[in-house]
Amino acid sequence: MTVDFDDLTVEDVSRTFGRRRALSHISFRAARGAIVGLLGPNGAGKSTMIAVLATLLRPTGGSVRYGAHEAGPHGPALRSAIGVLGHDLFLYPELTARENLAFFAGMYSALDRHAAADAALQQAGLADRGDDPVASFSRGMRQRVALERALIHKPRLVLLDEPFTGLDDASAAALLARLRALRDAGAIVVLATHDLELAEGLLDQAVFLRDGRMVHAATRPEGLRATYRSLVGADFSRPGR
Amino acid sequence: MFARIVWLVLRKDLTVEVRSLEIAYTTLFFAVSCVLVFAFALVQEGRAPEDGAAGILWISIAFAGTLALGRAFERERQSETLRALLLAPSPRPAIYVGKLLGILVLLLAAEVVLLPLVALLFQTNLLAHPFWLAAILLTGTLGFASVGTLFAAMLVRARSRDVLLPVLLYPITVPVIIAGVRATALLAQPEFEVALVRFWTALLVTFDVVFVTLALWTFEPLMTD
Repeated sequence: MTVDFDDLTVEDVSRTFGRRRALSHISFRAARGAIVGLLGPNGAGKSTMIAVLATLLRPTGGSVRYGAHEAGPHGPALRSAIGVLGHDLFLYPELTARENLAFFAGMYSALDRHAAADAALQQAGLADRGDDPVASFSRGMRQRVALERALIHKPRLVLLDEPFTGLDDASAAALLARLRALRDAGAIVVLATHDLELAEGLLDQAVFLRDGRMVHAATRPEGLRATYRSLVGADFSRPGR
Repeated sequence: MFARIVWLVLRKDLTVEVRSLEIAYTTLFFAVSCVLVFAFALVQEGRAPEDGAAGILWISIAFAGTLALGRAFERERQSETLRALLLAPSPRPAIYVGKLLGILVLLLAAEVVLLPLVALLFQTNLLAHPFWLAAILLTGTLGFASVGTLFAAMLVRARSRDVLLPVLLYPITVPVIIAGVRATALLAQPEFEVALVRFWTALLVTFDVVFVTLALWTFEPLMTD
């Protein structure tokens, strides 16, 4: 069974690990065709928020609603509508790009997993390297395969955790174009990043996090760096790139 | 759906292993070294201790199995692919069964090499009753691997997983090892007591049913959060 939804509502979500509070009373809402940025420095709670949205972690307080559904009872059905690109790439280095994509297409019950893998390779611009092991790829090429792996089941909600890490300018530009295409196709994209330069002009909504707390939220945000500086008091360079 | 996911995970694990041979080499090297050390220590003037071969065989399987379990899940941890498996909408017990079968195939392959070596060095006729031997090894290895796969998956994020895995695994699988040793030792006796062999094998099957059922039941909640 697949659950479809038109919006994502995060309501007063908190998450603790033992005595440490990783998220504290976070609330926001995102509709179809929106790119939401989770912005903040390392340790702000962005990855924890992504894990909660991906149904990998249960919130210790508050709720996440996907349309009218909550994760608990609808976990597996919801996961078929969620695609995740983590900070780690979720690929088997010993397998070829085609084998990786076909494997994950099978895990998401694709009718023809080999056709799905071929289409994903085309989309990634790696059709000619499809039979090479992922271990032989550059970071940028792996990132492209990983993105197509996350999108292979055409998810409604796309979660990306620091997707620009290790990308050169051309690969970053290609990723930005892909994210805009996903938005135009009606997906909800949630993007956790501390790369404000690339996020500038891309986001429909921005949620600023610091120490697990939501310090600011903005619609159609502009001047992300200045906003961040005023909220957190530190500048962002482009770390990790 | 369940069987298809099991097959996908099993085939993926075996493909990765065939490409790297990492677990096969380390497991075999460790198990063969174990058998050789025990053979040099225990076989005096060409005479091996009675029932020693069965004990050494199962100790080697248990030690090498622990190594294989650790490596199999370390591989899933390195690129966080276990997370990717858990993010899929497929039933999580099917992922467990696929991983379990992959470990089982590797351990059974190692046993094919170990058996003649143990029989030769300890001068015992372990292969006299091949049907029973196959049944004992299969059920014993399944019992060991079923608990081991669950614990290895649970501990994949624990910092001291290499220490914790044997500490948790051995106390629980001691009954399986004991039943395996007793049943295997009976096969090498001059007088074959089929009733006793049947009893120990039935005990192993009982352990398998209990362990696999518990693992299937607990895998989903243990892997959530």
